[in-house]
Amino acid sequence: MNLAEGVQLVSFGLLALTMIGAALGVVLLSNVVYSAFLLGGTFVSVAGIYLLLNADFVATAQVLIYVGAVNVLIIFAIMLVNKQQDFAPLPKGWIRKAATAVVCGGLFLLLTAMVVFTPWPISATLPNASSIVQIGEHFFSDFLLPFELASVLLLMALIGAVVLARREFLPDESTLEELQPPALTMPERPRELVPAGGNQESEL
Amino acid sequence: MQLQYFLILAAALFCIGIYGLINSRNAVRVLMSVELMLNAVNLNLMAFSNYLDPQDVKGQVFATFVIAIAAAEAAIGLAIVLAIYRNRDTVDMEQFNLLKW
Repeated sequence: MNLAEGVQLVSFGLLALTMIGAALGVVLLSNVVYSAFLLGGTFVSVAGIYLLLNADFVATAQVLIYVGAVNVLIIFAIMLVNKQQDFAPLPKGWIRKAATAVVCGGLFLLLTAMVVFTPWPISATLPNASSIVQIGEHFFSDFLLPFELASVLLLMALIGAVVLARREFLPDESTLEELQPPALTMPERPRELVPAGGNQESEL
Repeated sequence: MQLQYFLILAAALFCIGIYGLINSRNAVRVLMSVELMLNAVNLNLMAFSNYLDPQDVKGQVFATFVIAIAAAEAAIGLAIVLAIYRNRDTVDMEQFNLLKW
């Protein structure tokens, strides 16, 4: 990126503020729908920081995959498990929150001290204008096996998600004949229809 | 701009992710916290790739792999949440005690 130093610093500050604020909102807000949309904000800010780090390809992939796929998937899951319930407060629940906050703060301080006091071997060479050529060469030379394995893993995840999320079909012995589904349909447990906006309890 | 800024920012995002992972009651929010932590790791990889290895951008290759794994993880995790919700009729993490002794 051919930006002046001040411009880079200001945009880094804005992106960092947006990112940390949205991440805190994801964790701390009580409404999970707000959390899902703030998660999208966090992903977009992270993509902006990738652009500051001269990584145009990964920034594009971040927007496409995280904002376009993962975030939409999470919003769909919230829609599917949309159950308005107030969680029963735990006894001594604040102890866990306080202990976690102390541990996380301590971990942050430890990591910060490590980052500040480590002499990093900063390279003096300038980065290339676009990194996509180098990434493609890596993918098809020395990272060829992980690249192909990633496609197999994505296929496994696809099939596994379908198998896990599908409704189980457990017909009774007596009603097996009339429950026989027509061809080319997914076998599903029959369910009664509910009116739109009806009671959520009777749906599943 | 220095490398340390990005690393400290990634550390903050990772700690927020850990806090949400432990303290969330909603199962979907736990998955969101996992995504936050994966993004923090990606941010570290990209910062190292830009400042320590600017010619041979292996950190970006690793970040791409991490993004692919994260997408698979999100799909599987949300399918598991849906299956548990069908069985237990709740998304409260405190009531998922099937494997507790």
